[in-house]
Amino acid sequence: MKARVHIMLKKGVLDPQGEAVRHALGTLGFSGVEGVRQGKVIELDLADGTTEDTVKEMCEKLLANTVIESYQVEMA
Amino acid sequence: MRAAVIVFPGSNCDRDLVEGFRGAGADVTRVWHKETSLPDGLDVIGIPGGFSFGDYLRCGAIAAQSPICRAVVEFANKGGHVIGICNGFQVLCETGLLPGVLMRNAGLKFVCRAQKLVVESADSPFTNGYSKGQEIVIPIAHHDGNYSADDALVAELRASDRVAFSYRDNPNGSAGDIAGIFSENRRVLGMMPHPERASETAHGNTDGALVFSSLMDAMATA
Repeated sequence: MKARVHIMLKKGVLDPQGEAVRHALGTLGFSGVEGVRQGKVIELDLADGTTEDTVKEMCEKLLANTVIESYQVEMA
Repeated sequence: MRAAVIVFPGSNCDRDLVEGFRGAGADVTRVWHKETSLPDGLDVIGIPGGFSFGDYLRCGAIAAQSPICRAVVEFANKGGHVIGICNGFQVLCETGLLPGVLMRNAGLKFVCRAQKLVVESADSPFTNGYSKGQEIVIPIAHHDGNYSADDALVAELRASDRVAFSYRDNPNGSAGDIAGIFSENRRVLGMMPHPERASETAHGNTDGALVFSSLMDAMATA
């Protein structure tokens, strides 16, 4: 089984990289890009029976820094 | 004073930090990250700069979960002294020994220069040799040194005199111009600037040597 973890900066946390991407899109002529937030996706190959709670524990302990990041777990 | 410097794969300031401690007269051993225990009779642990584990995931995140870091956290929780410099500061934030987090520099560029700092507090084992308000110059070299904390945390750090150093002309966007902070018991210091790179006359600047000699004095009178 697999799990996919989406990690994003929390609302209100400045994202200088996202801002740089937004600016670059503007210089390429894409008008109307009002905001860009950059995050990451982590795919986990898991032994059968691994629970979503276990994956959330992984997020809390290592995968995300919950001071600035939020996460979403997608079990597949 | 007995000091240990932790070495992770990717640490690159560990030898400089050893020399910083030695310059103040400390007896220093280096400890590999896979060790599960620290040498006996330690007074202080140094976590050096560098790129532990290639900065994978987040700077300092993997190092913070290494076996030796469990021993470092235990040491600090028992009242031991710990100093984390640059990547070491990032590691200390990731272990939770210090609050906040270091994010990508606001200007997105790696900054490497001699940086003016203000000593915000001389009331600690690491800064007792400086005077409050003193301006010093210490090298910085980092890509992720943007200290991020909400307004409430910055206010709390200020109110409890836990800001060790602040930047003049903030080079990286750090909240409250913060360059280094203490733990609540003032025995853990994390700072982005590199005092060990300004601690010998051959460096052309010895402003950082006082961090190590302050520690030595604090240990002698403890």
